[in-house]
Amino acid sequence: MEEYGGGGGDLLSEAMGSAARVVVVEDCVEAPGAFVLHLLLKRALASGGAAAFLALAQPFSYYDRVLRKMGCNLSLHRRNERLHFFELLGFPGGAREGTIADSFVRLYNEIQRLVEANRAGENAGQFTVVIDDASLLEVVALGSVNDVLDFLHYCFALTSEMNCSLVVLIHEDIYADEENMGLLLHLRYIADLVIKAAPLSTGLAADVHGQLSVVNKGTFSEQRAKAQKVWNFHFKGKENGADFFYPGTRH
Amino acid sequence: MAAAGGRTLGRSSFSRATSNPVASSSGASGVKIGPNGAAFVSSGIPDLDRILGGGFLLGSVVMIMEDADVPHHLLLLRCFMSQGVVHKQPLLFSGAMKEPRLFLGTLPAPVSSSKEDGRYRAMGAAASSDGQANDEGLRIAWQYKKYFGDDSRAEHKDNKQEFSNDFDLRKPLERHLLNGQNIECVSIQDADTLSGLQDCCTSFLSKLPRKDGGSLTAGRIAIQSLCAPQCRYFEKDWDMVSFIRSLKAMVRSSNSVAVITFPSTVLSNSFCKRWQHLADTLLSIKAIPDEDKDLAKLLTGYQDMVGFLRVHKVAQTNSQVPVILEASTLSLKLRKRRSLVLERLNQAPVDGSSGPSSAASSSCSSQGSQLDF
Repeated sequence: MEEYGGGGGDLLSEAMGSAARVVVVEDCVEAPGAFVLHLLLKRALASGGAAAFLALAQPFSYYDRVLRKMGCNLSLHRRNERLHFFELLGFPGGAREGTIADSFVRLYNEIQRLVEANRAGENAGQFTVVIDDASLLEVVALGSVNDVLDFLHYCFALTSEMNCSLVVLIHEDIYADEENMGLLLHLRYIADLVIKAAPLSTGLAADVHGQLSVVNKGTFSEQRAKAQKVWNFHFKGKENGADFFYPGTRH
Repeated sequence: MAAAGGRTLGRSSFSRATSNPVASSSGASGVKIGPNGAAFVSSGIPDLDRILGGGFLLGSVVMIMEDADVPHHLLLLRCFMSQGVVHKQPLLFSGAMKEPRLFLGTLPAPVSSSKEDGRYRAMGAAASSDGQANDEGLRIAWQYKKYFGDDSRAEHKDNKQEFSNDFDLRKPLERHLLNGQNIECVSIQDADTLSGLQDCCTSFLSKLPRKDGGSLTAGRIAIQSLCAPQCRYFEKDWDMVSFIRSLKAMVRSSNSVAVITFPSTVLSNSFCKRWQHLADTLLSIKAIPDEDKDLAKLLTGYQDMVGFLRVHKVAQTNSQVPVILEASTLSLKLRKRRSLVLERLNQAPVDGSSGPSSAASSSCSSQGSQLDF
């Protein structure tokens, strides 16, 4: 029973059910899905947990302002060490010590340290690792998909060993060709929940920004296995969140 | 509603307009301050500034997908660069050509505000006021609204002439304006890697740091045909996308805007999408077929159009809400054969003689096959 401030999050939280371990958010140029990441980050911090945010797409100031409009103060959480923000716009940085793999290893080690520290701490709440986004990890790795997959698999291992969940954003339209679907397929395979943002076939509209499909594999909960698995609904992004509604139910 | 009691949390989507109207006419720096801490520079095309909600956002990357058949991306680039020269903003230009300096000779000069233009603007204002008065007695069909001109054009004439200029594409920019200027040119045609260009960008941008609330000098980076096949680094897909990523990171923290044009068809679908995702503002040019009878029947003013401009993405500061434009495909026209204007597409009146159903079906079918609005 997640509390969603500002309403409208009901359909999405209903579709997602209780905390999934691995959530993959897919989007495309016509329908950006970053707003789902923002919602999930807010949700992770609101329920008393902690989060590590790997930001490759935007600087901290951007997320701070966006989440502030949604009622979540990232600066405060960062000061209280509930949010660990990795600003990776320039990752791995100028003086590259070693290979890309080494940089990924260092990054992973830091994340692991944080997760372990959180588990050992007094209020061992849920820890969420959010990655924005996986397609940029490939650019960082200059195309070495294996390095990216290694890194993601290590993060995935954290979710099963510790009380940790993983949220990854990936641009599915980059992987439309058969040859390079590797990363996308891997992520879809390890995901418990796949949330895909797509444009409407009729194009852009002021009232409906796109459609969201949620596939809930229910691998982590027995009751879930019998519940509804596939959800389709429309969304409209707003400054303070997003509205989710079934087609035609918009007043 | 505005935040009550000084709470910073839970701010609604309404933001108090903190922009000082006086500051917006700080024409010397050519920077316009908008809401939410946004700062804009003009694209050099007043219509485009209006459509994008102010201009090109400082700190953003604008990408323009070229059409292999027509060089209209160069028109956009030239207006962008000329605007920077007119406002004395530092400019870094890079092109897939041997001598980028020569390209500067093709930059257009601002339209001289002659009596002709003064009359045109006055006419525009008068027509709009007449239109307003007549609206009560006469219902104007929506498609003819554009002929009544823009109210804002007359009102903000003074501000506009400082922030954004109309450029005369037939007249080259005066030499002396170019000579005294901070303009750097880099050729990327013979470069094996993009590291040289990246270093130039780094040093260029390091002189233009970003500070909140200040309208400091804004800089412009213009890169023409970044993935042109004749460039030596052309095969290095990952290097190119990595360069764009680092450029974007540097531009984010600087007081500048980067405009990159690229022939999207020479990239693989996968990489083309990667480039598109990296863009903050994404535009594309589409050629218009000559002598297309179906199009001529479908659109008004077809004869004057030189191409289509499509707006795919519009940069925003600190917002997760996408910008939904009323019309994302616009026609490129040359007004009086010299200045670039963008207009919404208007469907031509249906030809009564051929019968309503057949005309409608023929226009629908041609629309489906050729046009992609």
